[in-house]
Amino acid sequence: MITVNALTRRYSHTVAVDQISFTVEKGQIVGFLGPNGAGKTTTMRMLTCFLPPTSGTAQVAGYDILEQSLQVRKRIGYLPETPPLYTDMETAEYLRFAGRLKGMSGQELDRRIEYVLGRCSVADVRNKLLGKLSKGYRQRVGLAAAILHNPDVLILDEPTAGLDPKQINETRDLIKDLAGEHTIILSTHILPEVEQTCQQVVIINKGKLVATDSVANLQSRARGVETTILEIAPAGGGLLDDRMPPVPRISGPGKPQTSVLDIDRIQRTLTQVPGVSRILLREQRDNSAIFETESPRGALVRGDLARAVIAAGWDLNELRPGAMSLEEIFLRLTGGDVAQPQLVPPPAAPEEPEAHQEPNA
Amino acid sequence: MKNIWIIFSKEMKSYFASPIAWLLLTLFAVVFGYFFWTALEFFTTMSMEIQMSGQAYPINVNEQVIRPLLGNVSVLGLFFIPLITMRLFAEEKRTGTIELLATSPVRDVEIILGKWLAALGLYACMLFFTAINFAFLFHYGKPDWKPLLVGYLGLLLQAGGLLALGTFISTLTRNQIIAGAATFAVCLLLFVFAWVSGFNSATWATVLAYFSVATHDESFARGVLDLKDSIYYLSVIFLGLFFTARSMEALRWRS
Repeated sequence: MITVNALTRRYSHTVAVDQISFTVEKGQIVGFLGPNGAGKTTTMRMLTCFLPPTSGTAQVAGYDILEQSLQVRKRIGYLPETPPLYTDMETAEYLRFAGRLKGMSGQELDRRIEYVLGRCSVADVRNKLLGKLSKGYRQRVGLAAAILHNPDVLILDEPTAGLDPKQINETRDLIKDLAGEHTIILSTHILPEVEQTCQQVVIINKGKLVATDSVANLQSRARGVETTILEIAPAGGGLLDDRMPPVPRISGPGKPQTSVLDIDRIQRTLTQVPGVSRILLREQRDNSAIFETESPRGALVRGDLARAVIAAGWDLNELRPGAMSLEEIFLRLTGGDVAQPQLVPPPAAPEEPEAHQEPNA
Repeated sequence: MKNIWIIFSKEMKSYFASPIAWLLLTLFAVVFGYFFWTALEFFTTMSMEIQMSGQAYPINVNEQVIRPLLGNVSVLGLFFIPLITMRLFAEEKRTGTIELLATSPVRDVEIILGKWLAALGLYACMLFFTAINFAFLFHYGKPDWKPLLVGYLGLLLQAGGLLALGTFISTLTRNQIIAGAATFAVCLLLFVFAWVSGFNSATWATVLAYFSVATHDESFARGVLDLKDSIYYLSVIFLGLFFTARSMEALRWRS
């Protein structure tokens, strides 16, 4: 239904969309996923013939977006990020105008207006000025206008942005309902939305295609390993830091301890725990460090991990199963908006001061 | 053709659903009414003086009332045209509704023509108010109606050209004030270019004066349908709409 072929869009200084190719089958819901500024809107604008591509092309509903633009525009329904509503029009009047623009008229138009008014639950505001509607209603009126002419392809740019949780759920249900009749591309940066509504995901970042796969595949890829998060601190909580005044310990002899955590030693210790395949240092704080271990599914390593940490003389502040979700995959694939977990480099040999001395010839 | 009508009627509706059209029409009617009253007062005083002096000076309603009034309308247009065109595209760009138009199966040229015709339609409504005033002349006197019709045609052509330029300027910005101010400046310049021929007879001055919209309305106001002047106005209309089309295409490339 949609074939995108090396679609590229350059602005004066930046490449907003870089050689993106993917296909969408008829009747599917595709989640178009990426951080803000990834090129989602630009791609959608090209598919809807609002922007011409710099190079590459795409076929929508069997027509070329460049050569047969009018044919494409007849067969798409587009809901931009901000619904394109005329604030001085009433809901039904606006739908009538949008329908006539799409080439509808007469009884068919009347019938479809009634239908979408009900379908998108905006019938109660049919005679209200669009400028006076709440954000949720505006979004739904925009959606109603997009599906008015029963298009083959629906392109929805962040359809749930700015809605409250109840409206988000209603909108998602509506979109799911519409699949089958329509092929739907929806862009979002909310991952659960994709998991809940879409069958296929196209992930883009900085204008480049990062991954395109079915949601089920990505999830199973994500769930293939189990992760455990550990927060490890030096014994006694590592309270004594150079920058902090010494705090009198209430219990125990509390030997003043100034040692910073030995990351390498922890890593070596944890690697020896059976079942642990990989260790990541997620975050290093002043007095503790957070690690993430990966292990095969069902390996049950948590007890062993805890014992190993205690046996080595550290405090175990936290131990919990890590959620390896689509979110994680997404962040890994896109380079992430949050700090990305790094692989701890293999323990380096302690640096010898002698190494600096040049042997005299 | 159907699409032009859809856009046209939407624009007309939005002019008249908001206070814009009513405000503009009222202001125009008031200002023109004042012009009409002064012109008529002057004419009646003059004709009484002529009667009393007993001399047979030729006096003519067409020449002494209608013609200067049509000139006034053309100058009034200078102020009203930017107000008519400034929102045409700037508003659509600001609110994002341009995305609905540009992704609908409608050609750019149909959008542009629909909007320009609506602007011209609102201007024609203004002219209708002048016609109400002129109707009194026909009731109390016997002016010739043919020069008046030609005068109206000239006004429509002139306004058509300026409205096309205003439409073009409105595609360049999303700010209505900027669009309005720039349109006013351009219209004003196009009027006053005529002045240079008054003090300079060099070739450049003649050319510049030729480009003025004010040098071409004289013949129409006199009731003469001049081919050269008609072609001038038609070319301004065409150029304005052509630039608008180019600008809309550029809009797609830039935005």
